[in-house]
Amino acid sequence: MKKDEKTTNIFLSGVGGQGAILASNILGEVFIRAGYDVKKAEVHGMAQRGGDVTTHFRFGKKVYSPIIKYGDVDYLLSFELLEALRYINWVKPDGRIVINTQEILPPSVSLGQMDYPKGVDTAFKKYFKENVHVVDGLGIAKELGNLQAQNVVLVGAFSNFFPKIKEAYFIDAIKKLLAPKLHDLNVKAFQAGRQAL
Amino acid sequence: MKEIMQGNAAIARGAWEAGVKVAAAYPGTPSSEILKDVADNYPEIYAEWSPNEMVALQVASGAAIAGARAMASMKHVGMNVASDALMTLAYTGIKGGLMIVVADDPNVHSSQNEQDSRNWARFGKVPMLEPGDAQECYEFAKASFDISEKFDTPVLLRTVTRIAHADSLVQTGKRVESKMPMGLDPKEATKYVMVPANVRPRRKIIEERMRKLEAFADKTKLNKMEINSKSVGIIASGAAYMYAKEVFPEYSFLKLGMVWPLPKKMIADFFKQVKKVMIIEELDPFFETEIRAMGYKVFHGKDIIPNMFELSPEIVEQAIKGKAYKAPKIKVKPEDLPRRPPNLCAGCSHRPLFYALKKLGAFVFGDIGCYTLAVAPPISALHTTICMGAGGGMLHGAMKAMGKEALGKMVAVLGDSTFLHSGIAPLMNAGYNKGSSTTIVLDNRITGMTGHQEHAGTGFTVRGEQANQVDYAEIGKAVGIKNIRYIDPYNIKETMEIVKEELNRDEASLILCKDSPCMLLRRAKPLEKFKTPLFAINMDKCRGCKMCLEINCPAISWREGAGQTKDGQKRKGTVYINPDQCVGCEVCVQVCKFDAIEPAKK
Repeated sequence: MKKDEKTTNIFLSGVGGQGAILASNILGEVFIRAGYDVKKAEVHGMAQRGGDVTTHFRFGKKVYSPIIKYGDVDYLLSFELLEALRYINWVKPDGRIVINTQEILPPSVSLGQMDYPKGVDTAFKKYFKENVHVVDGLGIAKELGNLQAQNVVLVGAFSNFFPKIKEAYFIDAIKKLLAPKLHDLNVKAFQAGRQAL
Repeated sequence: MKEIMQGNAAIARGAWEAGVKVAAAYPGTPSSEILKDVADNYPEIYAEWSPNEMVALQVASGAAIAGARAMASMKHVGMNVASDALMTLAYTGIKGGLMIVVADDPNVHSSQNEQDSRNWARFGKVPMLEPGDAQECYEFAKASFDISEKFDTPVLLRTVTRIAHADSLVQTGKRVESKMPMGLDPKEATKYVMVPANVRPRRKIIEERMRKLEAFADKTKLNKMEINSKSVGIIASGAAYMYAKEVFPEYSFLKLGMVWPLPKKMIADFFKQVKKVMIIEELDPFFETEIRAMGYKVFHGKDIIPNMFELSPEIVEQAIKGKAYKAPKIKVKPEDLPRRPPNLCAGCSHRPLFYALKKLGAFVFGDIGCYTLAVAPPISALHTTICMGAGGGMLHGAMKAMGKEALGKMVAVLGDSTFLHSGIAPLMNAGYNKGSSTTIVLDNRITGMTGHQEHAGTGFTVRGEQANQVDYAEIGKAVGIKNIRYIDPYNIKETMEIVKEELNRDEASLILCKDSPCMLLRRAKPLEKFKTPLFAINMDKCRGCKMCLEINCPAISWREGAGQTKDGQKRKGTVYINPDQCVGCEVCVQVCKFDAIEPAKK
């Protein structure tokens, strides 16, 4: 199999309400524009209720399985620290990672029964060294004046992993998926994220 | 052109292109998006949320008998509800094409059981197709209507969560109107009136039809043989095919797109072409049982492939490779991390109601909806969940068994959509058979858990048009319930008093939650009823007693740290109310014994 025929695996994880689904939709539009076959699968049955959200995103010449094989993740984009750590075993030894610094407490932590894990970035750096990138998505979105743009900031940061994919594809995808009044903000958010890495 | 589409959207697209005129459904994960997609994108199709799957299938089959192409869609347990119609529609056949979409949920991501709906095809003697990605969802949906009309039978289209909720590229086309003339012919009564004299000839027709369908299965392009390495061949369908193809692309495959009836000649040919045949299927050994019964020697099947939960690429790889499979290195044990289970939203009306029921010490016969989450600790106030509408009937039975002992101790709860789906008959039963049960309808004005679908009690259709709105109290009266009460669940004390009165009453009661719309239902302006938009902890008063944590509000969390109140009471920590999440429902205010939760400014 030629290298460019290999399917690439992206795993997105976060918490309901963080906009991870929109982020995966943007990636979908981008890689289709780049001429790839794309499959993505998400479990979002009860995400509205604060549960975790994961998306398996795959692109390549011809993609079969909608879900990634355990341990075969090439790129992890996580919207929340605990939800990054939960999937650390899924990432290949040479996998590349963007972790957002936001912490959202799950019920057992809120109730004081368990501790929120500390040093998530250190744990990742231990195994993945310089391939780990920590981004303050919420902070950057705050500077832009809209916390909701955090997801597009993270897509911007993540886009650096794919230097061959034209920036214009990302901008087109953002414009296709968002209402016109949100275009300026989100294009700025994308670019701010792209410069954050 | 090619578009990226969810499997469910691709089914809707295929149905539209096939000329479908009528689509009916009851929401259920992972099938709900099909009907919504039809309603949003295809005005040529009449679309409706029916009160339950049985009605949806009745509506679709009526349209089909009148000559239109029609569809009903549902989740796997919905097929159980609709199966009474299915089993006899198999006898009558249809006129316009009829597709029934049934979406299975292996691994129970959001269901009360795990079923393999392929069994319905064999049981009901109807054909079934199973797509493996969105392109096939689209193509197979279109093919369903042709097969349905060609063989005069309903056709089942089966998906699973990983197909229904996965997005991939679809090459779409144009809508083609059906050429079938519309109209009903009274002379066809022998075909559609299933009295014994008419059933017997139709019974024979079913068997003839199955033979024709078997011949068709051998010819159709829905089934594909891919001969690669001749050493191993895999028979699979749908998602299982995709997983196996992913990890063993070098093997030969017999991919079954039509999963019932099976292509006997193709199977014979496959066994001739490859040395060893493995059957890889999710859930039941459906193909395996049939193929073994045909007399073939199957190299591997359910001896290595699990018969429960979902398959995945690594499960298939591990099963086939055995000890040669190398598992990825474990860096962190996921079981050591805090879980993130779904929770009731901040401000949800179910929270105070279940808190009240817990305080009353009631055994709660539950049902299916967001409120099923009340089973989780620390609320832990829901004690049964079986099927749609089950709670009321079970409560009646338990009370008849226990007699006067049961008074004051138990209650049934169900949502508004669930009540309309299957809750009315049990209520009628309590009214008729001198029951003493109390049924609470948690009316939040929408079908919540599945993502906000309209129903006969919301006053709107699937397309947002104004519609009749069911009056729950009038239903109660009409079925013989004398005691009909209203509660405001946000007033815990008053709710407890009213519920207690009805629980102790030796007569059937119906309690309706008033003005408690779902927090996510913007139309109903759910936040307007809260007088103060935000509450905060008064650190001078909080004793860290953790009482307010008992309601499991996502806005409230515990903060460790020794200290004391203003009047010198020692504490180990305090609670914190997240101002971004608090909506001001005042439930925690009522739970706090020390008046430590006070209005605050956003």
